[in-house]
Amino acid sequence: MTSLCARIRVYVPGDAAAVAVGAEDTAVAIAAEAARRGIELQLVRNGSRGMLWLEPLVEVECAAGRVAYGPVGAEAVPGLFAAGFLEGTKHALGHGLTAEIPYFKNQERLTFARVGLIDPSSLAEYREHGGYRGLANALEMAPAAIVAAVTESGLRGRGGAAFPAGIKWRTVLGAQSPQKYVVCNADEGDSGTFSDRMIMEGDPFVLIEGMTIAGIATGAARGYIYLRCEYPDAHRVLDAAIATAYAEGLLGADIAGSGRAFDLEVRLGAGAYICGEETSLLESLEGKRGQVRFKPPLPAIQGLFGRPTVINNVITLASVPVILDRGAEYYRHFGMGRSRGTLPIQLAGNVKHGGLVERAFGLSLRELLYDYGGGSLSGRPIRAVQVGGPLGAYLPESQFDTKIDYEGFADIKAMLGHGGIVVFDDRVDMAAQARYAMEFCAVESCGKCTPCRIGSTRGVEVIDRWLADENPQKQEAVLRDLCETLTHGSLCALGGLTAFPVLSALNHFREDFHARTPVAAPRRPEG
Amino acid sequence: MSATSPRRVIPIVPERISSLSAAERGSVLDLCARWKAAPGALLPILHAVQDALGFVPADAVPLIAAELNLSRAEVHGVVSFYHYFRTTKPGREVLHLCRAEACQAVGAALLEKHAQQTLGIGFHGTTADGAITLEPVYCLGNCALGPSVLLGKRLVGRVTPERFDALVALARKRP
Repeated sequence: MTSLCARIRVYVPGDAAAVAVGAEDTAVAIAAEAARRGIELQLVRNGSRGMLWLEPLVEVECAAGRVAYGPVGAEAVPGLFAAGFLEGTKHALGHGLTAEIPYFKNQERLTFARVGLIDPSSLAEYREHGGYRGLANALEMAPAAIVAAVTESGLRGRGGAAFPAGIKWRTVLGAQSPQKYVVCNADEGDSGTFSDRMIMEGDPFVLIEGMTIAGIATGAARGYIYLRCEYPDAHRVLDAAIATAYAEGLLGADIAGSGRAFDLEVRLGAGAYICGEETSLLESLEGKRGQVRFKPPLPAIQGLFGRPTVINNVITLASVPVILDRGAEYYRHFGMGRSRGTLPIQLAGNVKHGGLVERAFGLSLRELLYDYGGGSLSGRPIRAVQVGGPLGAYLPESQFDTKIDYEGFADIKAMLGHGGIVVFDDRVDMAAQARYAMEFCAVESCGKCTPCRIGSTRGVEVIDRWLADENPQKQEAVLRDLCETLTHGSLCALGGLTAFPVLSALNHFREDFHARTPVAAPRRPEG
Repeated sequence: MSATSPRRVIPIVPERISSLSAAERGSVLDLCARWKAAPGALLPILHAVQDALGFVPADAVPLIAAELNLSRAEVHGVVSFYHYFRTTKPGREVLHLCRAEACQAVGAALLEKHAQQTLGIGFHGTTADGAITLEPVYCLGNCALGPSVLLGKRLVGRVTPERFDALVALARKRP
């Protein structure tokens, strides 16, 4: 038998987005064609490199590095073999070395360093590429020193709220309790975001390592990953990785021979957007309706089952290993102002080159939309972008020079959220988008507070009346008033931020709020 | 307690009359037994029941409640809170169609209309032949390659009306 390295390695992503456009068929076709030609090759199902418009992106390992071909549908496979793509030859679908593709080359990949590069199921490859070095360092440090490193790195919650992670950890470390928890918020519900999914599918061990470090730093011996059930592929990959970590002694009663314990399991959500809100998520993990809790007490003091709990987003926790490996100073050196490190930004919607761009904070929205994104997919002018999910503001072209920075976005009454950017071309109806924001809030409200539960439904009705030309001036006044009530009277960010998309649509795209023909009247909210 | 005591404890037992078959009942009880010692067991149990039976039948609620020492209202409250849990039998395949912004930006509204027209059902409905149940979903995490649908556990991107029809035709062929 030939040795592994003598064999040709071909990478076909197993990432859900790649599979959604045919990567599975491509992988099958490559295996079949290789068998037909009597070529022995090793097919690796890696994560996605993040250049999603090129998916399925097939890579061949050559002496010079990995050569990319994409998008490679199953039908293109025989042609690629005939052209000699296994030697990295030029082809109409070829892009040269993956690492030299400008979209990829001009990124600063810290958190996503291994995604797309390695086989996500292989712990050995994870280790070869720097994995578990952060944990090894952490095991040599005092808990307070680990927390201090995270604080000094400037890492802030990547889920949207941007709260300094180190402060949360310090509170949990200082809390006295026989039982503490680390909870990973993997309920990535914001439209336009997929970085959590990509990292869970493409590099699951980094999340496991990050959570283990969080456990050691704060004295928590049990962790849960609360994963949305819309991600069946991530669920499969995580479960397999957790089983491997247990088998290799990296989870369980004695982590890496340190005598420290950390247990981890995945729990599934059930299609409730609100469960991305941390207190609602904790309720859900406890087996209850995902209704928001009053704060205080903070989850760091009384979290899961009433115990001190570190609750962080996937990207936050997955950024911890690199901080512990390379040092707080290294991570901190990226970024601007109070936004330190890098942000995995997701380009989505009507964009030509959609995908994942990890860069230090500080680049402009315009660079992202045009230099990386290549403009709209339809080729029409970009009219609006929504940043930060369904609760994020719609930004007009005049604000495209805003820099990716938490404070910069707050200054223009917008938010960066989880770093998702949804692009709309000039055919978008912004009144319909404003109405959708209210409708979404009505569908997803947990029902605990009145402004969100009732206000969102009233908001839909008010916009409907406006678009039906019933006393528009009055409707505008009511809508603005309603937005104010939602902003100041809601218990959590769902109601509290719904005014962002509504008011930004109204303020920047006023021309869309005009009477419609009755045929175009939108439907009632779906339950 | 003496036999003459006037106080009588009324045990909470599930109703006798149930639409569940013996196999379904056994399956619900097995799944409860597997999970019940775990903290926060209700959601995992509901997921397991829905995976096994395709939905959470109303008559499973009192069984689960009794096993977890919860009230039926508590279990019902959880089932009805989450969009994913269903209390009616779905078609052979559940098709989740994404309605969120990123898919809207590439024509999800048109696809939604097309889906409802060609299937002849609205959201939450099941086609007359029992093949497909259509459900709305708010983001499948495939936002750069929309419009997206999740057919069973299979994510499909760049779904044009033609591609949608092909998917449906394929799903209909499955037994």
